[in-house]
Amino acid sequence: MSVFWSVFKRDWLLAFRQNAEFLQPVLFCLLVVTMFPLGIGPSPQTLQKVGPGIIWVAALLSSLLALEKLFKQDFLDGSLEQLVLTPASLPMLAIAKVLVHWLVSSLPLLLLSPLLALFLNLTWDMYWALLLTLLIGTPLMSLIGAIAVALTAGLNKGGTLLGLLLLPVYIPLLIFATSAVESASLNIPFVGQLAIIGAMLLFAIALTPFAVAYAIKVSQN
Amino acid sequence: MWKWLHPYAKTEETYALCGRLYPWLLWPAIVLSVVGTLWGLAFAPTDYQQGDSFRIIYIHVPGAMLSMGVYAGMAILGFIGLVWQIRTCYMAIAALAPVGAVMTFIALFTGAVWGKPMWGTWWVWDARLTSELILLFLYLGVIALYGAFDDKIQAGKAVAVMSLVGVINLPIIHYSVYWWNTLHQGATISKFDNPSISSDMLWPLLLNILGFGLLIGALACRRLQNEILTREMRRPWVQTLLLGEGAK
Repeated sequence: MSVFWSVFKRDWLLAFRQNAEFLQPVLFCLLVVTMFPLGIGPSPQTLQKVGPGIIWVAALLSSLLALEKLFKQDFLDGSLEQLVLTPASLPMLAIAKVLVHWLVSSLPLLLLSPLLALFLNLTWDMYWALLLTLLIGTPLMSLIGAIAVALTAGLNKGGTLLGLLLLPVYIPLLIFATSAVESASLNIPFVGQLAIIGAMLLFAIALTPFAVAYAIKVSQN
Repeated sequence: MWKWLHPYAKTEETYALCGRLYPWLLWPAIVLSVVGTLWGLAFAPTDYQQGDSFRIIYIHVPGAMLSMGVYAGMAILGFIGLVWQIRTCYMAIAALAPVGAVMTFIALFTGAVWGKPMWGTWWVWDARLTSELILLFLYLGVIALYGAFDDKIQAGKAVAVMSLVGVINLPIIHYSVYWWNTLHQGATISKFDNPSISSDMLWPLLLNILGFGLLIGALACRRLQNEILTREMRRPWVQTLLLGEGAK
């Protein structure tokens, strides 16, 4: 557990000392959302209809951007290799890194979400559903994404490969999350969708740390 | 299990096995799919509702079934490869992925051609179509990942992990899109005890499914042999083999 905290603290400090970087994905998300009213017209009804989908797609894309940096720097300066060599449990280290990553890249997105909801004319009920789905959906994205990021850490190729690998895997999350928001807009209970996303999250928490640990070892070759 | 599986961790053995299997898979595959396709296209009775356009089922259904079967096969190979550290399994995944992608494309394309007269549109965002499309993306992801690595041993492990992640996700994707939207007609032949298809129509379909399956086996054997040769070009057994082929 002490290893967990030391990795957590180290990554946390690193993130704050390079604070210019971790705001970029959030700004990117904001920009993508801003593009849509300009592209499809400012009619409030249309925006309300397509809004949840737009916010979620923007969140997926910006999380891809943010994820790319998850292991890159540690891989390049060799500290990832040192972490693999320590006797500490690698899945535990993996989950610490993913947790910090979620805190610094997805939490700002949650804080920004009222603004996004305002831009796309979501009702209060819809916003509430959106916030809940983002709250339990974004950790799921980070956990699953970490596997692919760890596998490709050693490659010099850019983020397009990551998108190709991860976006198909994110589809169920997108479907359930947007359908929860749609149910909320019709005043239907959306606990079912939340429960499914929650189940996927628990499943991912149980399994992905091991997959990430293995993937880190693969990247170290 | 061990005694049976172990020799094939050696690439030479697998190469030889594939060479032996290849003709046994290829010729039955050709015979079965030619017979099945001719029977299906020319001699099977016309459907009372869909007319002659139902005949595309003889290409569409084998393509769709095998596109999923090949992915499952890749995931099983990935699992075996990761657990028992067998390199040939990774090579087999790399050999299978493009074949599976082509099968998925065949299923999608014939589906679009079938959809035009039946539903009046080439493409709808229906559950089965969408999950088949996502399956194609999963295949393309695996192929791209394998291509991205220069070190093919690392690439093999990476695609093994990704195909396992994909296979866990596949049922979730399937049920999520199913629940999201459905227009596709129900399954025709999965209920074997009481299939909702007449047996005159069913037989050529079964022949074609078997034929396509064997064809995939044959292609996979050839591609695996190829993969082994390219990967181990520097090893003595490959060089003697190639020199021997050249002398003939």
